[in-house]
Amino acid sequence: MTSESVIREPLVTGGKTIHDVTEDISSRVEEKPAKLWLLAMALSLGMLTVGVYCVATLLWEGIGMWGLNKTVGWAWDITNFVWWVGIGHAGTLISAILLLFRQRWRMSINRAAEAMTIFAVICALQFPILHMGRPWLGFYWALPLPNTFGSLWVNFNSPLLWDVFAISTYFSVSLVFWFIGLIPDFATIRDRATNKVSAAIYGALSFGWDGAARTWSRYETVALVLAGLATPLVLSVHTIVSFDFATSVIPGWHTTIFPPYFVAGAIFSGFAMVLTLLLITRKVYKLEDYITIQHIELMNIVIIITGSIVGVAYITELFIAWYSGVEAEQYAFLNRVSGPYWWAYASMMTCNVLSPQLFWFRKIRTNLAATFVLSIVVNIGMWFERFVIIVTSLHRDFLPSSWAMFYPTRYDVGVYLFTFGLFFTAFFLFAKFFPVINMAEVKSIIKSTGEKKVAE
Amino acid sequence: MKETKKYWKGLEQLNNSEDFQKYSNKEFPEYLPTIGEGEEPSRRDFLKLMGFGVAAVSLAACETPIKKAIPYVKKPDTVDPTIPNYYASSYVSGNDYCSVVVKTREGRPIKIEGNKLSAVSGGGTTPQVEASVLSLYDENRLKYPQIGGEKTTWDDLDKEVSKALALGNKITLVSYSIFSPSTKAAIDDLMAKYSNVDLVTYDPISFSGTLDAYEVAFGKRALPSIDFSAAETIVSFGADFLGAWPNRTLTNKQFAASRKLGDTKKTMSRLYAFESNLSLTGANADYRVLIKPSEEIAYLSNLYNELASKKGAPSIGGTTKPANSEKLKKAATDLLKSKSSVVISGTNDKEVQLLVIAINDLLGNYSTTIDTSKAVNLRSGNDAEFNAFVDGLNSGAVTGAIFMNCNPVYDHARGMDIVSGLSKASFSLSTSLFPDETGSLTKMQAPEHHYLESWNDFEPVTGALSMSQPSISKIFDTRQLGSSILAWSGSEVDYYDFLRLNWETKVFPTANQSEFYNFDAFWDNCLHDGVYTLPSTESTSVKPSINIASLNLPKSKAGDLELVVYQNNTVADGTMANNPWLQEMPEPLTKATWDNYLTVSPKQVEEWGIEIGDMSTQTVNLTIDGKSVEVPVMPQPGQAYGTIGLAIGYGRTSAGKVADGVGVNAYQFIKNANGYSSLATTDGVKVEKVGNPYRIGQTQTSHTYMGRETIIQESILSKYKKDPQAGRNFPRIATSEGFKKPNAVSLWSGHEYPNHHWGLMVDLNSCTGCGTCTIACQTENNIPVVGKQEVLNRREMHWIRIDRYYSTDATEGNAMEIPSENPEVTFQPMMCQQCNNAPCETVCPVAATTHSSEGLNQMTYNRCIGTRYCANNCPYKVRRFNWFKYHDNKQFDKNSSMNNDLGKMVLNPDVTVRARGVMEKCTFCVQRIQAGKLEAKRENRRPVDGEFTSACASSCPSEALVFGDMKNPNSQISQRLKIKQGDKMVEAEEARAYHVLEELRVMPNVWYLTKIRNKDENPTKEAEAANAHA
Repeated sequence: MTSESVIREPLVTGGKTIHDVTEDISSRVEEKPAKLWLLAMALSLGMLTVGVYCVATLLWEGIGMWGLNKTVGWAWDITNFVWWVGIGHAGTLISAILLLFRQRWRMSINRAAEAMTIFAVICALQFPILHMGRPWLGFYWALPLPNTFGSLWVNFNSPLLWDVFAISTYFSVSLVFWFIGLIPDFATIRDRATNKVSAAIYGALSFGWDGAARTWSRYETVALVLAGLATPLVLSVHTIVSFDFATSVIPGWHTTIFPPYFVAGAIFSGFAMVLTLLLITRKVYKLEDYITIQHIELMNIVIIITGSIVGVAYITELFIAWYSGVEAEQYAFLNRVSGPYWWAYASMMTCNVLSPQLFWFRKIRTNLAATFVLSIVVNIGMWFERFVIIVTSLHRDFLPSSWAMFYPTRYDVGVYLFTFGLFFTAFFLFAKFFPVINMAEVKSIIKSTGEKKVAE
Repeated sequence: MKETKKYWKGLEQLNNSEDFQKYSNKEFPEYLPTIGEGEEPSRRDFLKLMGFGVAAVSLAACETPIKKAIPYVKKPDTVDPTIPNYYASSYVSGNDYCSVVVKTREGRPIKIEGNKLSAVSGGGTTPQVEASVLSLYDENRLKYPQIGGEKTTWDDLDKEVSKALALGNKITLVSYSIFSPSTKAAIDDLMAKYSNVDLVTYDPISFSGTLDAYEVAFGKRALPSIDFSAAETIVSFGADFLGAWPNRTLTNKQFAASRKLGDTKKTMSRLYAFESNLSLTGANADYRVLIKPSEEIAYLSNLYNELASKKGAPSIGGTTKPANSEKLKKAATDLLKSKSSVVISGTNDKEVQLLVIAINDLLGNYSTTIDTSKAVNLRSGNDAEFNAFVDGLNSGAVTGAIFMNCNPVYDHARGMDIVSGLSKASFSLSTSLFPDETGSLTKMQAPEHHYLESWNDFEPVTGALSMSQPSISKIFDTRQLGSSILAWSGSEVDYYDFLRLNWETKVFPTANQSEFYNFDAFWDNCLHDGVYTLPSTESTSVKPSINIASLNLPKSKAGDLELVVYQNNTVADGTMANNPWLQEMPEPLTKATWDNYLTVSPKQVEEWGIEIGDMSTQTVNLTIDGKSVEVPVMPQPGQAYGTIGLAIGYGRTSAGKVADGVGVNAYQFIKNANGYSSLATTDGVKVEKVGNPYRIGQTQTSHTYMGRETIIQESILSKYKKDPQAGRNFPRIATSEGFKKPNAVSLWSGHEYPNHHWGLMVDLNSCTGCGTCTIACQTENNIPVVGKQEVLNRREMHWIRIDRYYSTDATEGNAMEIPSENPEVTFQPMMCQQCNNAPCETVCPVAATTHSSEGLNQMTYNRCIGTRYCANNCPYKVRRFNWFKYHDNKQFDKNSSMNNDLGKMVLNPDVTVRARGVMEKCTFCVQRIQAGKLEAKRENRRPVDGEFTSACASSCPSEALVFGDMKNPNSQISQRLKIKQGDKMVEAEEARAYHVLEELRVMPNVWYLTKIRNKDENPTKEAEAANAHA
């Protein structure tokens, strides 16, 4: 009895050669910006301008420009924060965890995913700063810096302080990881550069990369070490973000299920965001051979899994609320489902639990248009999830006398828009000036998996 | 060594002349122009000048702060910087009175406290008393005398007035009730000199009918003193003796005293309220019956007949059976059972009040609870005389009027008639402090002092005298009313001398001579105490003479819709409507601010098709007798169906930027019925839906406590007698070793309290919900006013609030949010609970909120970065955030204590004005604790219990709040709570004491005592269950 392993589907299609890879990716950087890119950039800058106005007003007048009140102290600010941090999970997960698991399909998507992570975390970081009453002091008082105020120190009991450490660590590691990966590709572009300016810039960015075997060996060691470092961070960041809520006493927040539930939700929304962005990049840069239907299908499978985990978590919460016998807890969940914010809960359930189940159908999960729409739906749902957790828990907690509604103002929307402007401006700049696909890594899979199947 | 090449610096070195050698060691040889030669400026001069120039220019670029503080050239003996002085005085505004102690700092009054020595006021205050200190610093006050809108001098004004008086035309002095003996004496002198001058008094809410009834029955036109604390049964017919009544600090205290429970007192009074609007009194009633005002006579006459039949007295004929005769019979039974009782009615009608007197007489109350010998002089207005004055003004019989600090154009139903009359009058003058509705129409303005700038005396209750002394020199060129009257009557005497002489000649001889060796000692004593009670002649019980058969009870026509005008406990009668603290104070029942509205029963709201949302409603047109206003609708549980209520005190047009345009004027709907100003209009009330959307800023929009027994624990008296723990809820936490008390499980190691452990006890049975504490706290702690829009945004800043909960008929689900039609009401003062395991403390990233060694949860404003995590994690939601900069900010100009130089004088210098972006909350008045401890330390002793207390506890008229040191076993709080010191925590062994949300194990330092109602046990089990949940 002989068994022969199945011929793997190629990860890069179109019979690309190594030179083709260099050509396809580098020329995007080298050529003049496309009209579509200029249009996208203009739109992003427009959003950013409106957003900057709102941020400036907020800083000038005070947090009162938002719709927050005595009962609901956090709303869109922390919702957006958690949402962006969640989105920022996919990149590192793809490059670190999938690297450790030797999932080579990740190679053509990890660069963009990591860039997205970095930009999403930058967007997320705006909110902890902007939501403070006195950001001009808070941005450094929240750090354990030696100071001349006497024995003033930060409060290590506070989950907000854990956030500061978790997110700054995650951000630095992700940034280094991403940049290290970029170095060989920068060197490629440097070597191909025809004018002095780009030669100088990419030369500086490539840190004197010489392509020697020893350099490659160090590069791979560093990548592995950073992957090892980043892996626990992927899990820890959202765990710690969830502690902001889990360690409190507020019904609907005070829940032990939060860490796994938040991490699953983060991966869920992160993958959805990666899909949204890659489907656009793929189309605009004609990278269909690198980002194949197979990639999309695999990512959709991750979405079904994490979406289902999140769904189970929602149902568990409801069950535990009933089972606990705690009056306030029971009411908090009854109120989520049937209170004045029922529509937010319904949107969350529809977008996060029901819609990803469509991916069980192969036709849907391999359909680009459906994937694109659903990837956006998932992120809408995940935004509502955070809104439901934060606002519906706060607005009706223990004492009915303090129950209040939250109504967003145009500044709530404007500051959210600001982060969108920031994100897309950064992403489009990246897409134009940085190689969007990791050329060096993709070249390593061309030989083994990129050949045309002769059998057919 | 080979000699190296030498280079010369110049020929001088080569020559090496003597000159050169002399300076060769110096940095600058003499021949360089470091020192100017002759007139030539030197290089050094240039640098100096340039340096100075740069420094001067850069300094000039910075704005030099203008410092207005002027040091004392000669420091007054009594004024020490940072040390407050206290002066006993009397608060008087309109016809409202309270004996007070004024706290001044560096010569500025900053806080009004109740005078604990006063038996008339009882030591508490009202919201209006607390807020009155801000009115002193109102920018809108008149700053000088005026004639025809032009600034004038007092001499010129006096000449003009004297000229007008001397013409001999009839001039009427118009005033609210006058209860100042010396002012009255001055007026008498004026009237003695000018026979053409007469005096008319009125009250915004008139008691004329009651006064007339007492005149008929007792021969003396005066309100009697009623002792509510002595009454076992109180039956009120529309009389809001807790929320809108003369001298209500005392009525609150007495009522609360009758409701106090403890180991030695297991009885309490029972209160029946028959009313249309849900008043503060109705909210505190054990039994509340919804009636229409037109039905009141039927209820009263039936009650009389019920009692008369038992007592063998003649009955009234031709009575109709009231709708709820069952409750009325019950009330009658209770009245007959009680040794002492009170029946009162708020109806301003002589015949009705005679019937009430007859009822009280049947019950023998004139020898127990009602004392006619101690007349309450706070209301003496006469409707008939006032109406005659208005008629005279219009007919030309009265050609001139002096409005003595009153404002009838605004606060009398015939205001428009006075406007038309005034246009005909040849002489008109107002002594009001403000250019108010009346004062802005008069030809002359002779502005009065604020009471804090005045000398005066008062006799609020016959035999009980009260002093008023200035605690600040006059701020503007104003003159006291008494001085004005003396000047106009041609007297050269200053009012202070007049007052003193009056006391020396009239009061001192009647005083207890043995106590004081001369008049000066007596005077000083009265000034020090603020009050003096004349040795009383034995009060004799006088029997009223009433011929019940000749009673001519008015026949009020019952309409489909009946209006009852009422006074709320925020802006009250509207005299101080321009006070932003009062405007933003949540009305005790509706919790609405900055507005009046039509209170309508929810059923009727639905019938009218009014769309009610989250603080949003719609307007209707209210029309009576051709007078029409557009007014928003407020659904009010407990409002009798078919009746509507509208509060007075709003709709000011000339009060100042705070009050103008807030609400509508309800005074115009006070009806003249049988010659008396009646608050109720029983027919001809028309309401049409207009439907314009309107928003009312409320501080509480969820009305029930959703059956959460960890928040409100209540029971009834009969159960309490059997088990003092009745109504208590004991949450238990499931552990591996079975169910345990929440405080048996903890992550935390607890705090040590080596010295003090401050606590606050709140007796839910004593709290009447009046809201005085809210304003006392606002004054003490520099709490900003945020304005209607920010209240709508749910951002009011009060550190202590009164949560008001209605009962509900539902037992589960979201239906529990809907209050009953006639709900039971529970008030719960809620402030920072100073948790020993504070959830806020652990979550602050910068440790801006921390625990003190005295059990206080401290807030460090200048460390706060404003993440609001603490507020989110506060289960009691008592933390308040500075969303904007509320001080020195034009957008918040209604916050007048922080936005103009005059208003800022009211700020308490011991308390920081918080910056934008920081969190704040109740501190247990830590500045008072520190001051008290410091005082004790200076005198080398322990602080004495009661020597200092929080502002809320100090102001509470019903003594519902008790503040003190739980470490001190003899303190009142330790005694009443039966505090047991545990390991790093305290336990209260008092059966009624509980912590709100005990299950969270945050271990507050605020304890609540269960609410006990004096109701019968419900006959049916189901109804009982419903009540337990309600």
